[in-house]
Amino acid sequence: MPDLPEMPCRELVEVITDYLEDALPASDRLRFEAHLAECDACREYVEQFEQTIALSGRIEPEQLPQDMQAELLNAFRAWRDEL
Amino acid sequence: MSRADPDATLVERLRAGDRSAFAELAEHELAEDAPAVDPARFLGSDHDRWPHHWATPPRRWNVSESAETLARVRDAIERLPPAQRIVITLRDVYGRSSGEVCNALDVSETNQRVLLHRARSRVHADLETYFADA
Repeated sequence: MPDLPEMPCRELVEVITDYLEDALPASDRLRFEAHLAECDACREYVEQFEQTIALSGRIEPEQLPQDMQAELLNAFRAWRDEL
Repeated sequence: MSRADPDATLVERLRAGDRSAFAELAEHELAEDAPAVDPARFLGSDHDRWPHHWATPPRRWNVSESAETLARVRDAIERLPPAQRIVITLRDVYGRSSGEVCNALDVSETNQRVLLHRARSRVHADLETYFADA
């Protein structure tokens, strides 16, 4: 396998969601993982990024402001009504 | 910091059930071409040894899932621009799938991912101050 160019930190932080969603092309996935293996700072950042996602998941939807809940409900209702 | 005024009308329309308002909100936000993470946090391309690497490594977090912590996360989400706020709430708070959210909002997977990534990055940046000082 030819050597792939390193994925520097600045690039990695821009594609974390793509990585987590399995949306990175294979070569970029390899570059992402190779860089993580050797960069403590990026490993820390990715771990924090995942913690951020987990914390969002701990929020009870009922605790969101009423008008926010309404806008989300409307977005989904409009979709359901079209089916 | 206040949100852009033209968006306020679109948000009102969205809350009134006008789904097309989301497409316009998303278009505005997607037109911004800025990176999700502040470029100032990284060394320049001209650095001798570590171009584009972290200038300072991220400070370690001291995470606790207290009520106060969750209030800060909620607050960070509420302060996002509208399209990012809606996408991150549907995906990460309500736990809907990418497919469901793309269908509900009539947005492409790629655009949804861009909005989601920006939203998550901003929430992370907001939380950094809180956790790194704990």
